[in-house]
Parts: sequence; C-alpha cells; structure tokens
Amino acid sequence: MDYIAVVGGGIAGMEAAAQLKALGLEPVLIERSEALGGHVASWHCLFPDLTPADKLIKDLESRLEGVDIQLGAEVSTLNPLRKGYSVVLSNGKVYPCRAIVLATGFTLFPAQRKEEYGYGIYDHVITNRDLEGWFGGNGDSRVPESPKAVGFVHCVGSRDIKAGNAQCSKVCCITAIKQAIEMKERFPGAEIYCFYMDLRLFGKKYEDFYIRAQRDCGIHFIRGRVSEVAETIDGRVQVKAEDTLSGKPIKVRLDLLVLMAGIVCNPDSEQFSKAVSMPLDDDGFFRSRNNIGDITRSDRPGVFLAGACTGAKTVPETLAEARSAALNVYQYLKGQK
Amino acid sequence: MIYQGKQKIWSDYQKEIPDNHWFYVRSCIRQSFFPGSEKYFLKICRDMLGRDIYETEHHTTCGGIAYHCDTIPQETAMTIVARQFALMTEAGYENLVTSCITSFGNYTEILETWREFPELEARIRENLWKACKREFKTPKYVAHASDLVYKLRNEIAARAKYRLVNKETGEPLRIVEHIGCHYSKMFPHKGVGGAEYPCVLSGMVDAWGGEVIDYPERRHCCGFGFRQYLVKANRGYSVSNTHKKFESMEPYHPDAIITNCPGCPFFLDRWQYVIAEMEGKTYGKDGHGIPALTYEELAGLVLGVDPWDLGLQIHQVGPEPLLDKIGIAYDPAHKYDGLDEKALKKPGLPNVLKCC
Repeated sequence: MDYIAVVGGGIAGMEAAAQLKALGLEPVLIERSEALGGHVASWHCLFPDLTPADKLIKDLESRLEGVDIQLGAEVSTLNPLRKGYSVVLSNGKVYPCRAIVLATGFTLFPAQRKEEYGYGIYDHVITNRDLEGWFGGNGDSRVPESPKAVGFVHCVGSRDIKAGNAQCSKVCCITAIKQAIEMKERFPGAEIYCFYMDLRLFGKKYEDFYIRAQRDCGIHFIRGRVSEVAETIDGRVQVKAEDTLSGKPIKVRLDLLVLMAGIVCNPDSEQFSKAVSMPLDDDGFFRSRNNIGDITRSDRPGVFLAGACTGAKTVPETLAEARSAALNVYQYLKGQK
Repeated sequence: MIYQGKQKIWSDYQKEIPDNHWFYVRSCIRQSFFPGSEKYFLKICRDMLGRDIYETEHHTTCGGIAYHCDTIPQETAMTIVARQFALMTEAGYENLVTSCITSFGNYTEILETWREFPELEARIRENLWKACKREFKTPKYVAHASDLVYKLRNEIAARAKYRLVNKETGEPLRIVEHIGCHYSKMFPHKGVGGAEYPCVLSGMVDAWGGEVIDYPERRHCCGFGFRQYLVKANRGYSVSNTHKKFESMEPYHPDAIITNCPGCPFFLDRWQYVIAEMEGKTYGKDGHGIPALTYEELAGLVLGVDPWDLGLQIHQVGPEPLLDKIGIAYDPAHKYDGLDEKALKKPGLPNVLKCC
C-alpha cells in the first residue's frame, strides 16, 4: 500500500490527515510526542471568540478515524525512491510513501535568551505558554494568588535581529490582548499593562478585541519596548520601559510579567531540508514554491507544506493550508497516474 | 530569584583567561582616586601569587575618555591603542590586561572594529608607522584586571586571612556589586557572565565568603556617565543617578560595594557625601555611609593587607565599620600617615556623613 506521510501531529497535520483520508488516500500521521494537538493542545482558549482549544482538538481527532497514527515516533530517515519516499520511523516501522506533507510547525522563542527580561531568573516572570497552562488549570507558583498589577511584553524574540529573528510572529499581539482581557476578567481590580512596539491586528474581529481591551477593560497600552526587568525586595517585578508616545521613561512594579514569546522555525526543519534536498528560507522555515499562489507546495516533487512550518500562522490559516495541502497531494497523485 | 537561572547564563558567558604572562596597562585616573588599587593588583598577582605581569613606563592613556567625550575621533584613539599594542609586542607579550574598564571597552571595540573592517586596521598601522615608526601584533587575549582576579579568586581565598563574614554574627557580609558599563554592555561575550548578570565581581564575593545583593537598580549607571559629570552643567544628572542607586539598595542594608571601574567607586563614594549634605541622608548604619571599594582593595583586605597601605583612607566614606565587622586589625593613629610614616594632613570632617 502506498502511504502519504504526514509529519507532525499538530492541528495542521491532523487536518491534513483527515482531509487525505476523506479523499480516499492512506495517510500515516507521525507525531513524536505521545499526544496529538501540538502547541494548540497546550493552549486554553483561542482568540477572538475565546473558543476552548481542547474543543478544536477533539473535533479534529474525531475526524481521524481509520488514519494510521504513529505516536511517540520520529522520522529517522527519509530516502528518496523512484516514485516517492521511504520513511523510516524511530519505532522501526518503514512506510513507502508516494508523497509527504510536512506539518512540523514552529517552536516558541526561548524567552530566557532575552536575558534582560529575567525569564528563569526572576520568580514572577512567565511566558504566554506558561500563562495558558495556568488558565487551563495547571498550577504555577509564579502566578500570584491575587495580582494587583500584571504586564505583558510583546515581541519577545520577534522582529528582533539581535535575537536572530527578524520576522513578526503575527499572533502575539492578539494573543497578548486575549490574555490581558482574561487576566482582567479574573482579577478585575488589577492594573494590566501591555508594552508593545506596534499592534498588528489584521484578522477578523481582532480590532474589536483591541477596542474591548481598552474601552471595557481599561488595559494600558504603552508603546515602547521594555529595556530591563529586575526583582524588588518583596519579590515583585520592576519593569523599565520608554513610553515613546509621551517621550518619557517609565518604571512600574508588577506582580506578574508575561513575555509574549515569538514564533521561530522548528529546529528539525534543517534535518528534513537535507533529507529531501529542499532549501530553507532565510528565516529558517520551509520555503514554499511560491508565496502567493503555491504556499503549500515545495520545490521538491511530492513534498507538501502545511501550517506554521513555513512561517507564523493563525489557527484558521493553518487549517486552511492543511486542506489546501491535502488537495495538492490528491491532484499530484492524480497527475502521476 | 532563581539562582540556577543565573548559573545557566554564567555558563554561557565564560571567556578564556590565560593564567600567566600579561602586559599591564594602567588607568589614567585610578592612581589619583584609589592609589593603592593598581599597586596591590601587581603585588597580589606578582608577589603573592607568582604571576608574570609586565608594565612599562612608556604606555599612555588609551584615549578612551576623550573618545567617549567626543573630543577626539576614533581613528586617533585607534592609533593611540596601536601604540600600546606596539609596546606589548616589543616587550614580547601576547596577553593584554587593562586596569580601566573604559580602556577594556576601548581595546575591545577597536579590535572588533578591525575584525569587521580590516582596511581600517591597515590604515591605523600606516598612521602609527608615520607617527613613531612602530609596528605591532594585536593581542591574543584582552582581559580586564578584574577578569584576572576573578580567575585567581580561589587562590586568593585559599590564602585569605579574613573572610567576608560578620565576625559577631557569623553571617556573610551583604555586598553590592557594581560593574562598569564598558565591561560587557557593548560586547556581552567579552565579559565573565555576560552583560545582564555578570559574575566577575559576584564570583569574587562568593569565593571570599560574602553574599551578593541583587537589587532593582543593579544595572543602573553609577552616575559618572562621562558627560553627566564632565560637563559641569550636567552634574545634577550624575548625583541623581547615584542617588537612585542608593535609594534602591538601601532596603537590603549592604555592608559594602565592590566595583571594577575607575569612575564607579569614586562616584559611589564621593556622592554619598554630597547626598548627605543635600538631603541629610546617609545609607550606612548610625550616620555612616556604605564603603565603596575596588576589587583590588577587597582582595587586599581578605589577604590581610593593612587598610591604610591599600589607600582606604583616601575614601570619602570611612571603611572602619566594614573593617570592624570583618574583624580586620587597623591602627586609627596611622590612618593619615604617608610613605615613611610622614604625617599627611587630616581632612576636615563633613557635617552629616560620619567618617569616623
């Protein structure tokens, strides 16, 4: 039997596998962790409608009936064949595949690399992912019981050439606004600050969300990058920044600081790019054949791309690309016959 | 505070510091400010720990102060530095150790600039040849003298007569460390521990038994800031920066401050007098200030050097409360004795700041 390897069991891989199955093909969904869902599975709810993330994952899972799912398995080797690829997994299984859908996603920027923000050093500095875990009910001693002041630092490791990532991570602005609103709703008495350099609110309902944050929640939006973070004697977090709109330096003391860690390429991209002789883009993500009309095709025959493995994507974009990649595979195989 | 987080960063920023054979260049101003410091750097490294440190009377300023004050162009500073390198080359050394933080920053910046723009290095070589017929090799290693003392900190600890411990309570002394801005803020990988959490001084404090205080304005400028002080009209900025630091460290009740820059200990020391006069406020116990020491002075103290030989009487803030806490013996009668026990004039005492 000829398979279609779908590498990566996040929402892109799940959706692509479900679509391939629906098109009558035989996808094998390969995920190195023990569960499907990728980054979204560690999120509590999604902007802009605060949809529970686990609902999306369950919906996607329900459509995977009959799909060969290989959990806890990594691609060990990927050998080109005359027609397709031989995919060898770390669990010893070998799949002859007519095509491959790479849905390897992204990785979050390691926030500790922005040393001045003190992640991993100061007791009350966390990341966007940590906060989602806390929203989802995971206890986190770094989040105080009743914070009086909370700050969000946008663009941590995004649009930052010195940090090695010049690209915008696209979803952090709206995620920060979502998380700020959620914190305000949980702690109505708390002052919430968002330190941003630009607000990029391009999606449907995003602007409404932003207005709600300002008008209904009284969240303070401060245009200026945080220069340094320190810890006070009572264990709070002192943040220094410049308010570039008023032209003044500011210093605030917070009970919790949340770093909006950006989206960077998955380190595995290089391994796959070598295995299939497919060059990576300048930003380390996979390079699409064409960034306008052919975003889900690669330059290599039989290799397709879905979701955030080509760059930062929202959930709806990721799902749309996964469907597109599945359709591309179907057409590719049809053309081969 | 998560100490392991800092340790992780420290492990990322460890620079190679050769153990021996250094060409030493002094600071322009430290011999006036803290005259015992450079002398005891040489004494500790050479006489006590047996290292080969060479210096020549022919070396000059590195031009760093003039460069940072915009009074000379960088090419001039580069040519001055090239001459220092020529002296090092002529003396047969490859490792350069600087007393001054700004010099360290200046040398590092110049070498990095030459690495990026080799044509500029070629032009400076030509300038130097035209000016004084000298040639040079660039140093294999450039270190600040505090890097070297950091490397030798455990040897110093092994020979220490005193530890940074309160002899009455047995508790470690609480030490504020202040790193000169030009040490690693420009090139984090050139400093031990990087730019945000340098461990060059905290490593010494740990090794000698003290406890380092991390306070909110730890990274803030000491107040020197070159043009903040050197332009007379700006001196209000200078003292207000120092004031901000002291207000921030005050709740931690530090016993002393350790520094590695020529300017920092001067301003952290002298401005305590000015703040006391202006605000009526002092930051030590019972009207005293917080002693601001150089790392050589602190090393000298733990090694049992007489405080007056180290030049601690030159400080505005009296070191006596610190010496008493550690249990260091000193003779108040000899505080203002000069060389050959010649009596120096006793300074007038300030109105507010208690100076023993």
